[in-house]
This record gives sequence, structure tokens and C-alpha cells, in this order.
Amino acid sequence: MNRIRLALVFSIALLCCGRAAAMEPVDYRSDAEEQRFRALAAELRCVMCQNQSIADSNAPIAHDLRTEVLRLMREGRNDAQIKQYLVERYTDFVLYEPPMKKSTWLLWAGPFLMLLIGAGAVITVIRRKNAAPAAAPDEKEEW
Amino acid sequence: MSRLLPLLAFIALAILLFVGVRMNSGKDNSAIPSPLIGRPAPALDLPVLATPQQSIALEQLKGRAFVLNVWGSWCVSCRVEHPVITEMAQSGILVVGYNYKDTGEDALRWLGQYGNPFALIVQDLDGTAALDWGIYGAPETFVVDAKGIVRFKHIGPLTPEIVETSIRPIMQEPP
Repeated sequence: MNRIRLALVFSIALLCCGRAAAMEPVDYRSDAEEQRFRALAAELRCVMCQNQSIADSNAPIAHDLRTEVLRLMREGRNDAQIKQYLVERYTDFVLYEPPMKKSTWLLWAGPFLMLLIGAGAVITVIRRKNAAPAAAPDEKEEW
Repeated sequence: MSRLLPLLAFIALAILLFVGVRMNSGKDNSAIPSPLIGRPAPALDLPVLATPQQSIALEQLKGRAFVLNVWGSWCVSCRVEHPVITEMAQSGILVVGYNYKDTGEDALRWLGQYGNPFALIVQDLDGTAALDWGIYGAPETFVVDAKGIVRFKHIGPLTPEIVETSIRPIMQEPP
């Protein structure tokens, strides 16, 4: 039992290291800058390796983009301006959260639409059952 | 009717998924469409390969349509598309090379080995200038028309078909 627990602790520790490995050491000017940079880098998608943020990716372009993001931060641009800067060059693809617009409304509303449809189906089924509680069970009905 | 309902739901879902798969098949989903298409080419001021003390700005090319080909001696696919680039250049299209994240020495050796199809080569050693063009790898190819507007971008090795259908028509437009 103890061994399993130990293995678990180690695997969790490994997970943490994996995330941090892609980022090269940077001389941050302050803790606040480091936190802001890390948060921003985690929200930006690497253009080379689609399933990683630029914080997680080892790709050379991710390194370039991190350097650029830090440079822009030090120039005094805010998060929205930095994102805009990257979107102008690499499209919405770089954002893990695509903006709400005409071509993405279905993407954003989709889950809620599905939920509504599901809720509608459940309500209909329950109402029908309640409407005919005394009906004799139909033996041919299989489900 | 209620017996058929699950079947109908299943068919509807199957159609939805089928359409989704069809819409994406044969497309390279990893290629990011360039937001530059239809916009003026970003300024570029980079040293010239082989004579790095000399630098060139793309504005000097204004008035001429050109193809900008991003390559590096480290890039395997660039070797694949090299014959296509060469043929395109020989047919009279102005091809500017964008040497990306390379060393001058390696780049020159590569050109010596395979031939140099480029009318002019600019050198971006660390890839910083490339960000303005939305470049994220090699090979990538841009077409800039005589008015200095980016008209086309292709990510990955060029093929003769792409040259004929997408690049040559733009190059042949009257200025």
C-alpha cells in the first residue's frame, strides 16, 4: 500500500516537472512579472504543436514567441494588446479561448444547446410517464 | 414512432459526424491560414546572405511582384521543393530567399550543393523578423504582388501544381 502511495507521489511530481521543463530560465524582474508571464504563456497556443501552449512546448518557435511576449510585456503592453499582436500575425489559432464572433457562436453555444435538447428530452419522457401511470405494461414494448 | 426515435437520432448523429469528417478530409489542419492575405507586406530590413554588411529592405522591390520563399539548410522539405523553386525561377518568376534560422556558412554550402535559384537572399539568423510575417517554420512561401500586397501563402513544400494554379496567375497580372 505504501509503495503504491509512493509511486503515486512520484508520478505526480513527474507531471509537475514535465510542465516546467519547456521554459528556459528567465531573469524575471519581479515575482509579479513572472506570474503574469506564466499565465499569459499558458493561454497562448503554440503554432507548431497544436496541443501545447507556448509555455509547455519545446518547439523553437514557441521559444521565439515566449521571448517576444516577454519583450512586449516589458514594453508596457497589456495582456489584451499582446494577444492582439499575436493574432494579427498568427490568427485566432494562437488563442486557446477563441473570441466570440459570427463564426464561433456555435462553438460557444453548442454545449448549452445540447444541454437544452437533453433537458427537453428528459422532461418529455417524465411528463409522458406521469400522464399515463395506470396504463398496463405493454409486453411488446421492450424499452 | 417512439421505437424509431433512437434509430433516427443515431442516423442524425452519423450524418453530422460524416459531414464533419468530409469537411476536414484532405485538408492540412496544421497549416495556419495567413492573416496577411490582402494586406500590405510587412516591412522587412535584413542583411543579405554572403554580404551581411549590406542590408536590404523589401520596399526596394516595390513595383515588382515576387515570391518569398522561407528556407534553411537544416530543413529537409526545402530540399524536396528545391527543384520546383528552381524551375519557377528559371521561368522568369522573381524568387527572393528568406534564410531562416541558419548560419551563413551552412546556407552557402547548401546552395553550392543544390544550386541557387534565388535572385536575392535575406538572412534572419534568430527568427525574430519572421514573427512579423507569421512565419513559424520552413518551407513557407509567400506571393507579394506588384503593389506590395501579400496575395498568397503556402505552408510546406511547393509542388508544380501550386505554382501553376496559385502563384503564376498572380505573377502574370499586369502591374
